[in-house]
Amino acid sequence: MMEHLLEVNNLEVKFKLRTGELTAIDNVGFTLDKGERLGIVGESGAGKSVTGFSIINLISKPGYISGGEIMFEGKDLTRVSEDVLRHIRGNRISMIFQDPMMTLNPVFTIGEQMAETILAHKNISRKDALEISVEKLRQVHIPSPETRLNQYPHEFSGGMRQRIVIAISLLLDPAIIIADEPTTALDVTIQAEIMELLLELCEKNDTGMILITHDLGVVSQVTEKIAVMYAGRIVEIGSTENIVANPLHPYTKGLIKALPGSRGTGEKLYQIPGSMPNLTEMPKGCAFHPRCELAEGECFSKVPELIQRGNFRRLAACHKF
Amino acid sequence: MHRENRLVTINKLVKKFDISGGFLDQLKIENKKIVRKKTFVHAVNDVSFTVNKGEILSVVGESGCGKSTLARVVVGLYSPWSGEIFYKDKRIDNLDGSQMLSYRKKMQMIFQDPYASLNPRMTVKKTLEEPLRFHEPSISNSEIEEKVLYVMEQVGVNPKWADRYPHEFSGGQRQRVSIARALMVDPEFIVADEPISALDVSIQAQILNLLMDARDNFGLTYMLITHDLSVVEHISTRVCVMYLGTVCEIAPVRNIFSNPLHPYTQALLSAIPKPGVKKKEHIKLKGEVPTPIVLPTGCVFHTRCLYADERCRREIPKPLSYDNGESFVACHGVEEKRI
Amino acid sequence: MDKWKKFKESYFLYSFLRDPVAIVSFIIFLFLVIVSFSAPLIAPHDPYDTSTISIMDSEIPPVWYGEGDDNFILGTDSQGRDMLSTMMYGMRVSIIIGIGAVALQAFLGVVIGLLSGYIGGRVDAFFMRLADIQLSFSTLMVAIFISAIFQTAFGVGKYSEYAVPILVLIIGIAEWPQYARTVRASVLGEKEKEYVEAAKVIGFGSRWIMFRHILPNTLSPVFVISTIQVANAVMSEAALSFLGLGMPVTKPSLGSLINLGFEYIFSGSWWITIFPGILLIILVLVVNLLGDWLRDVLNPKLYKG
Ligand SMILES: Nc1ncnc2c1ncn2[C@@H]1O[C@H](COP(=O)(O)OP(=O)(O)O)[C@@H](O)[C@H]1O
Ligand SMILES: Nc1ncnc2c1ncn2[C@@H]1O[C@H](COP(=O)(O)OP(=O)(O)O)[C@@H](O)[C@H]1O
Ligand code: SF4
Ligand SMILES: [Mg+2]
Ligand SMILES: [Mg+2]
Repeated sequence: MMEHLLEVNNLEVKFKLRTGELTAIDNVGFTLDKGERLGIVGESGAGKSVTGFSIINLISKPGYISGGEIMFEGKDLTRVSEDVLRHIRGNRISMIFQDPMMTLNPVFTIGEQMAETILAHKNISRKDALEISVEKLRQVHIPSPETRLNQYPHEFSGGMRQRIVIAISLLLDPAIIIADEPTTALDVTIQAEIMELLLELCEKNDTGMILITHDLGVVSQVTEKIAVMYAGRIVEIGSTENIVANPLHPYTKGLIKALPGSRGTGEKLYQIPGSMPNLTEMPKGCAFHPRCELAEGECFSKVPELIQRGNFRRLAACHKF
Repeated sequence: MHRENRLVTINKLVKKFDISGGFLDQLKIENKKIVRKKTFVHAVNDVSFTVNKGEILSVVGESGCGKSTLARVVVGLYSPWSGEIFYKDKRIDNLDGSQMLSYRKKMQMIFQDPYASLNPRMTVKKTLEEPLRFHEPSISNSEIEEKVLYVMEQVGVNPKWADRYPHEFSGGQRQRVSIARALMVDPEFIVADEPISALDVSIQAQILNLLMDARDNFGLTYMLITHDLSVVEHISTRVCVMYLGTVCEIAPVRNIFSNPLHPYTQALLSAIPKPGVKKKEHIKLKGEVPTPIVLPTGCVFHTRCLYADERCRREIPKPLSYDNGESFVACHGVEEKRI
Repeated sequence: MDKWKKFKESYFLYSFLRDPVAIVSFIIFLFLVIVSFSAPLIAPHDPYDTSTISIMDSEIPPVWYGEGDDNFILGTDSQGRDMLSTMMYGMRVSIIIGIGAVALQAFLGVVIGLLSGYIGGRVDAFFMRLADIQLSFSTLMVAIFISAIFQTAFGVGKYSEYAVPILVLIIGIAEWPQYARTVRASVLGEKEKEYVEAAKVIGFGSRWIMFRHILPNTLSPVFVISTIQVANAVMSEAALSFLGLGMPVTKPSLGSLINLGFEYIFSGSWWITIFPGILLIILVLVVNLLGDWLRDVLNPKLYKG
């Protein structure tokens, strides 16, 4: 069997809270091949960002990786030293956040920041680093990059800033880009532009991408694979085409059916009742059962496994078929 | 459409915000002379349209194009710089506080952020009672109680939770309470400013359904502000497309989606991602949205329009109306039949 | 009962029970308050009752000295009053003035801050410039200035007779800008929130919106500064009294006791100054520590549910 670029197995992240421990993500697993694009969708609090952060071990204080492995280029990232991680972050795996200002430092010019990033990982001259920066800015369609290099982040619009962040994330030609809601804060027209840009660059460089979003529309345009998360677990994972056309898990079904446009204009929309449980008050059995029309028997008592169901070529965590 | 069908009409509405700051900030040097100059944000420029009884008029456009400002001027939170607002046949933008009171009841607003739109120190019950007590001082306690319970049920909030505080609710539940507060005074017209954009995907459908139910059960008319075009397509009757404080096009929803006339509408629609539809070409606009502090001359869209010509740069396009004035488009290109 | 249960489960109580400094401070503070307010019941002597005081008893050192007297555990002052009792009464005066002045500061500051923040424009400019001017002098300067005016206006006799309310007034007026600024800042944040807009759309008047909707949401910083302000007010009172502008010797506060004893410190009667001084430091310290704790609890940025 071919080795995957990234393989996440049974990943579990916990947060230490004053009321006890909270399992933010539980038994999360997926693979990513070279140049492959995976979408992680789900509502807020489902554990998408925690999953993204834990891949490069950026889970901050009250949280920690409590189980599982993350295999990348032959190393288990949950076990390697901070030095190795620092080398991997930005260099081999880079991350794009919803708010570009999480990446950009307001007191340095774009050029300084880009050059710093390169020099931290590569042994080249400052002049060469700036040249690479200009080239990358040109790739993300920033007009007159040579002059723009000397400007500060606040002199750019939101869409431009996100493009600069993309340029920075591409500086070192990483193998994987993790993009956490990269377009959520942007307008539809700019959103479309940014997604197109990301897609174009990933395709050109054969870069793998993990796209985290709550927008099924965006995911289905860009990715080849989708993992649907609910209350800290993956409930369905498979090829984008299959999942959008024929979802198996009742939650995925509900999400797709509830989209405006899937019913006649002005008709009532399909709605999933209730809301996602708080992770501190997880229901027994399948976490989705309080909102599920099909729930019966085992659903109330046993957590469903994420396995292949029937002869569908994807995995779903649901007892009812 | 008949006159008596009009609920809210706005005419040549303009809203500017003065951001000049103090006296010293206003001083500028021009031609070697010191002059005092004010700086304005031109948030809404010369906007006119009518909302008819029973319809859902959606206002769409990119952020910063003046949608929220327009909404706030219409419900009277901001006073207009110039222009007129009519409720049925009565001009209301020049009324004083007490004259306005009866119109306050008829026009309510639902806000975007369910975390900020409820007073954190008031229980749900208090939040709902207060407007009713204020507008109907003679109403008895038992009647108020009854109405609170009725409305809570209508919006799908468990009446048992009446004594809870907002922080004990999820975003979707809070938005329901917000809607309930608006419904307490039996309004006819509701302005909803992005009522679902802060909510989770699986909750958005619930709130949209609630808005549609409320329209049927309470006979409401909506002005719905949103940037989600698939929502617009699903629930509105007419759509108003705004760019940089100006209305580009208004038309029934079917026409907008099947046959957008204005170049900006065309670009906006081509950008919607739809599940199941792989990467399709969208119309790329050139440049960036200009600042509303210095508006472009002529057509405000000309700096980004693929069809702009000399006339567009010079002359502001007039709304070209059709369908008995129910629809219009403001574009020289369309008028000259080159688009 | 429900309220009690909520309180028991609250973050407030949780963080209190987990903070030994706060617990110890609170216990000491409670002890001091109880002791000072029940002084007429438990104090061994009544320092206000001149008939029981004898100048013959003056400057008796604490009991553990040879010349000590079992009747006066901590010794006596220059007028022959029992130090322990006088300090208990004095602390009561200090606390009353501290709390009274803070109530006045808070009242003035909250109302002015609310109006400034909500109405804005000229009203705001006027009050905030006034606050700037006042803050650019030190509090004590302002207080000395006002008390000097009062003293000349009423005469020294009247001034000592009404010393408590006058000091409350002086310290209250001197420190309102702290409150006004804090409240104004939170009003500016709150008034942009959509619940205020919702209240306007319903038609409520400005006064209702200010006091019923905005005010309750600006109170947590007011509570935080209040504890620190009580400590400051006690200190201001002590300073004024030390300068002879505060409580008269017949009804001493901790500050005037320190002042009184100061003259005798070099003649060897250190206890007249040192004991009230220590008590003042302890009082101010525990109130400040409680204030620090409260600030951490009520600071939403630190609060993680
Ligand atoms: N810093 C934190 N402290 C405590 N809990 C956290 C923290 N960050 C995340 N969590 C928990 O992890 C869950 C998943 O969060 P996240 O991955 O950010 O969700 P999303 O899918 O919206 O990105 C949240 O519901 C929350 O309970
Ligand atoms: N109170 C205000 N003061 C100054 N400028 C404002 C104010 N409110 C809105 N604006 C400006 O007016 C323009 C329109 O804003 P808004 O109506 O909020 O847009 P939208 O709701 O379409 O995103 C923006 O440029 C915004 O910065
Ligand atoms: S008027 Fe001219 S610039 Fe404006 S949208 Fe039409 S063609 Fe484009
Ligand atoms: Mg997230
Ligand atoms: Mg808005």
